[in-house]
Amino acid sequence: MKRRSKRSIPTRYTLLLLTGFCVLVMFISFTLNLSGGPLNTVAGYVFVPMQKGINTVGSWIASRADDLKSLRDVMQENKELQAEVDKLTQDMNTIKLERYELDNLRELMELDQKYPSYEKVAARVIGSDGGNWFNTFLIDKGAKDGIEKDMNVIAGSGLVGIVIDTGANYAKVRSIIDDASNVSGMSLSTADRCIVSGNLATMNDGQVIEFSSLKCEDGAVGVGEQIVTSHISDKYLAGILVGYVSTIERDANNLTYSGTVTPAVDFQHLQEVLVILDKKAALED
Amino acid sequence: MRRKLYVFLIIAVCFLLQCTLFQALAIASISPNLLVAVASSFGFMRGRKEGMWIGFFSGLLLDIFYGSVIGFYALIYAYIGYVNGFFRKWFFPDDIKLPLVLIAASDFSYSMLVYLFLFLLRGKLQFTYYLLHIMLPELVYTILVAIILYFIILKINQNLEMIEKRSASKFV
Repeated sequence: MKRRSKRSIPTRYTLLLLTGFCVLVMFISFTLNLSGGPLNTVAGYVFVPMQKGINTVGSWIASRADDLKSLRDVMQENKELQAEVDKLTQDMNTIKLERYELDNLRELMELDQKYPSYEKVAARVIGSDGGNWFNTFLIDKGAKDGIEKDMNVIAGSGLVGIVIDTGANYAKVRSIIDDASNVSGMSLSTADRCIVSGNLATMNDGQVIEFSSLKCEDGAVGVGEQIVTSHISDKYLAGILVGYVSTIERDANNLTYSGTVTPAVDFQHLQEVLVILDKKAALED
Repeated sequence: MRRKLYVFLIIAVCFLLQCTLFQALAIASISPNLLVAVASSFGFMRGRKEGMWIGFFSGLLLDIFYGSVIGFYALIYAYIGYVNGFFRKWFFPDDIKLPLVLIAASDFSYSMLVYLFLFLLRGKLQFTYYLLHIMLPELVYTILVAIILYFIILKINQNLEMIEKRSASKFV
């Protein structure tokens, strides 16, 4: 048995010290909006390769299982076609986004300014929040690849979320369905603004999130209306599709409307996302 | 040293599984909480001090990768490990009832604390909804996984203790 050194501190004092330390760190990181800094880097280099490894093993096993089902050459053909589909999908996303900006925003809001087509980088989702309460996930690109805090993340043509923290080789993304997420949105056809907030309860029940404080004329916004990010948000680029209105009702104050939005992105099967390297704040400068 | 290495491996493996494999195996978007089971089992197997430190580091890991402030999960997990340490006196390896009850209680109090601090304080008042749809399913799933995980951790711990005892008696 190990011999106790005479000056070892009783555990309850260690606990007290630890408590004080944690509270202090929480306070500091909350008020100064700091993240782990060097801790992020170290932890990133230790765990991100492992997470990638598990994903690789997972996809390897999955591909072996596929092998049993189908012939090898069919697989090969499939892979080539898939690569082409991926490429085309990405091209289409870019085109969609551009057409989107041109058709809808420029005409609707009578902005005569041409939006730059955004520079994007593709990233893979390598891990999602261990708990059941929030909806943040990690992607395999980080500060090294030019990703910074507050960059928008999309998949397909829909908004996925926003980068809230980066390490050297990973970035943390808060999705719009996260319970703590709020996005300033607007209806596409009438440009009425609203707040789209993630909601754990409605997401679990019916795969929808909430919107509130929509000021519009009677019946101007109906079910199926597209909700896009608004031009007044200081973090989200304008005109990215958030989702479609699925229910809407008038609030008790008779002035505003609230309801639910079905997100445009399938969050259950999110594997690859695109990070927009242009930041809203930088565009405005 | 050997023990530290093994404990680090256990935490790392559980963290990775929790964030990758078990997210894929989620039932009705609920996944089990392995790290609570780890912190809790080391608490009642090895005492307050070790439980506290193991809890602290597993929580810190979650904080770095998924938390919104550093230190929140670390604190909760450290307390879970510490409190479980009080039950070391009543812990017998062959009896699985106490470990399961303790892990269940730990997971439930973890959920309660997360709800209290991260949801209730933001004005999300539907407690029964969260109880029935998040906390209890997570509890059940965690218990099911913990039955297996507990025996693995127990075996590793027993082997480590045997090695430590042997090398200690060599130097007497």
